[in-house]
Amino acid sequence: MAKRHSKLKVDVAPPTDLDARTLAFIDAIANRVKDSIARDELPAIDILLRGLSNVSYDPEKGYLELGATHKSRTLTVNTIRAFAQTLRVMAASRDMVKTDDFATKREAYYVSKNWGDCRFDNQPESDAIMDDIEALASQHGLSREQLRYYADSHGGAVAGELTVIDHHPETGDVIEVDCRNLGSGAYSIPRAVEHLGFRTNAEFVLAIETGGMFQRLNNHQYWKKANCILVEMAGVPTRATRRFLRCLTDDTDLPVYCFVDCDPYGFANIYRTLKAGSGNAAHINQFYCVPHARFLGVTPRDIHDYHLEDATHPLTKTDIKRAQDAIQNDPFFAAYPEWIAAIEQLTTMGVRAEQQALAKWGLNFVIDEYLPRKLADKSSFLP
Amino acid sequence: MANEHSHPDIADAMAAQQREISVSEFFLKNRHLLGFDSPSKAALTTVKEAVDNALDACEEAGILPEIRIEVSNQTDDSLRIAVEDNGPGIVEEQLGRIFGKLLYGSKFYKLSQSRGQQGMGIAAVGMYAQLTTGKPLHILSRVETEPTATELFVSINTAKNRPEIHKKKRVAWDCPHGTRVEARIDGNYQQGNHSIGMYLKQTAIANSHVTLHFQGPHGEQWDHQRSSVELPHRPVNVKPHPRGIELGQLIQMLSNTQSRTLLQFLENDFARVGRKTAGKIIEESHHNLTARSYPKRIAHLQSQALYRAIQKVPVSAPSADCLAPIGEQQLEEGLRKEVDANFYTVLTRRPAVYRGNAFQIEVGLAYGQAAGAHLELDERGHIHKTVRQPTHAKPELEPHPDEPAFLLRFANRVPLLYDQEGCAITKAVLQTNWHAYGLDQAKGALPHAPLVILVHMASVWVPYGSEAKEAIAPYPEIVKEIRLALQCCGRKLAIHLHHEARVKDEFDKRTHIEKYLPHVGIALQQILELSDEERERVIKRLDDVLQEKRRL
Repeated sequence: MAKRHSKLKVDVAPPTDLDARTLAFIDAIANRVKDSIARDELPAIDILLRGLSNVSYDPEKGYLELGATHKSRTLTVNTIRAFAQTLRVMAASRDMVKTDDFATKREAYYVSKNWGDCRFDNQPESDAIMDDIEALASQHGLSREQLRYYADSHGGAVAGELTVIDHHPETGDVIEVDCRNLGSGAYSIPRAVEHLGFRTNAEFVLAIETGGMFQRLNNHQYWKKANCILVEMAGVPTRATRRFLRCLTDDTDLPVYCFVDCDPYGFANIYRTLKAGSGNAAHINQFYCVPHARFLGVTPRDIHDYHLEDATHPLTKTDIKRAQDAIQNDPFFAAYPEWIAAIEQLTTMGVRAEQQALAKWGLNFVIDEYLPRKLADKSSFLP
Repeated sequence: MANEHSHPDIADAMAAQQREISVSEFFLKNRHLLGFDSPSKAALTTVKEAVDNALDACEEAGILPEIRIEVSNQTDDSLRIAVEDNGPGIVEEQLGRIFGKLLYGSKFYKLSQSRGQQGMGIAAVGMYAQLTTGKPLHILSRVETEPTATELFVSINTAKNRPEIHKKKRVAWDCPHGTRVEARIDGNYQQGNHSIGMYLKQTAIANSHVTLHFQGPHGEQWDHQRSSVELPHRPVNVKPHPRGIELGQLIQMLSNTQSRTLLQFLENDFARVGRKTAGKIIEESHHNLTARSYPKRIAHLQSQALYRAIQKVPVSAPSADCLAPIGEQQLEEGLRKEVDANFYTVLTRRPAVYRGNAFQIEVGLAYGQAAGAHLELDERGHIHKTVRQPTHAKPELEPHPDEPAFLLRFANRVPLLYDQEGCAITKAVLQTNWHAYGLDQAKGALPHAPLVILVHMASVWVPYGSEAKEAIAPYPEIVKEIRLALQCCGRKLAIHLHHEARVKDEFDKRTHIEKYLPHVGIALQQILELSDEERERVIKRLDDVLQEKRRL
């Protein structure tokens, strides 16, 4: 536990000081706007450019790192709406810091419904504004949570050789959750994971894309057979899941193996986000990456090795575009020739294979044959 | 040849039937040629002829015209039309001939620009009245120097084309000078584009120095007030230009001339011919013609040669002194006071020539509906939205967005209401590519836009398509001049439309920005704990900054 704290909270100040810095951060931006107007200039808010074009990847650091490219949100016809919304979101954030309250991103979206013309039309719109502010705040060492905005979704599910040590929210009493004793259910990763502790004798963590596969492995108590921890990601892992895995590996040094579909979405969106973070929210990747994660399968080579050719689907246009994007624009894949080769192999084959395709050889082929054979030869994993 | 004797018999029989046809009798059978083909057209023609005469008389006497037009229904279903002017009046001896003899007048033999041309109009009205209701014209006229007015009724002896005067007497009239003509005709008072009201309105547009008072049969009345106190410049009479005449006219001039030599004849009786040009023409003629040939003795073959020579020798273009264009300022004033629009542009082209006749083209465009919302850019760069109420000036003549452009045609300041299809003006408008100026236009149609197009042709001799003077013959030179003028105005319209579109676009953008300004204010107030006044001050300042930075 001490290890994690030393790694993570090294530049994090005590909460009250943090609040003061959050308020100062918001005030500074508002004052810049007001001063520009007083000088008869069009006001502007500098926003960090988010996206793959402004990130770099260093395998030593292990995550996609945000570059320094800014875009200036000057008051023009095209930006006035986002400009006003940015300021209003910041004003709302300030109120919550003052009253020590918080809002989920969904709630924040609904709060805007009281803003007349300025209201958000949909949540992606409010999420984008919030990401902008969060990116800006991250430069000042402030997280979204400090701005009092929280994620809507909780994390995935956990089962297997792990005991989670939590506290009672009111009394503070220690509560231990034994993830082996949850029957056919699983432990649900909470929204905030910083306070959790872990005890385990497992040998590795298996992060699984689909709920279906997680259920199969859990019901057949695969974790017992392989002495591992099963984590269900349910698509692209949420921040809570990513943070949970990061804390778990920081504490225990367990390797994390990813078991996802063999398609560009599985590689570039699910696996890359888990391992190196996302391009769109690169400002937080530092805390939300799992640099030691490795890609167990399903790899393009597995399609040959396990004769899954007749259990595949053709790549869609979106798949192909995503694959090209990964090869050409993603600094993460650019760092690994193995990945480039694998993706090119997949696009040459022109097909994709789901985890469930293994059921071609029987429902439990995955437990009895596939996973044991893969784990026996870790050199077949992708980095 | 078999029956030689029968020829003289037939010729005798035919001779017995052949007799002189009087002009009046000709009219009886061909009244459509003079604009009396239908009851509603007859009513309009009656007003038109009387008003044209009144205006010509006033202007010739240097009087600002003020004319009253009264139309009323009579019990016997006939129409009573009275037109009263403040002109110089007509001396008693002339009254009968002016109103009771066809083709009598002062205008036919002089080459200068006037409304009437042949001296046919008002007598034809009398003829039509006589034909349809049997009532003679009722005339009242007073010359300023006389203490009383002359009142008389005049009818036409159609067989002899001679006036017959009844009940002539001297009466008191409170009008110091002027003439009043009253006709009872079989007519129909109608509304619309061919109405009397439309004719008067268009007259008011092309004659901004004229005041008209109208009173209709259903108690309706309206006035067109003059906006200018400047009389049109009086065109001088000019001699015919050699290029404009036809062979028959040349032969007639040769026999009528006072000149004793051909050289003198050419020099004195034509415009733009000096001694040198006259010499060249004679030289070019051959056929034993010399400078000293006696004009009255020139034979037919010789005159043909002379005519050909005239066509060959270069002669300078006719002088424009004989033309009285409306002028750009007065044309725009006339349009502005009678047509409610957003944008006006006018153009008077330089004089040009067709067949030796000088003419001048003027064009005016009135664009856009005046009533409704408008954007205005002030000198500080701010855009204001204003809503204007419709003026409902009667009769209505406004640019309409859902209809083709409205075409106003004028010849020598007289509106042309009928036969739009056959007119040189229409031809030129259709030939113009209005797409180029940002307007919709179907192939071979008028542009589809809220637009009034005015075209005026001023000329000493307007080539009308018929005696009813409803359309200008489409000579290529005339059509081309009109098209050039339309194109020039079209370009100015396009610039206006482009500017209007830019202002509209900028206004939409500013409206969008202004929608969010209060929110910037609220957020800044919340974060920086500003007072309401401070917030308003910041937003006002921001608005000013935006307007300044976005100045068009």
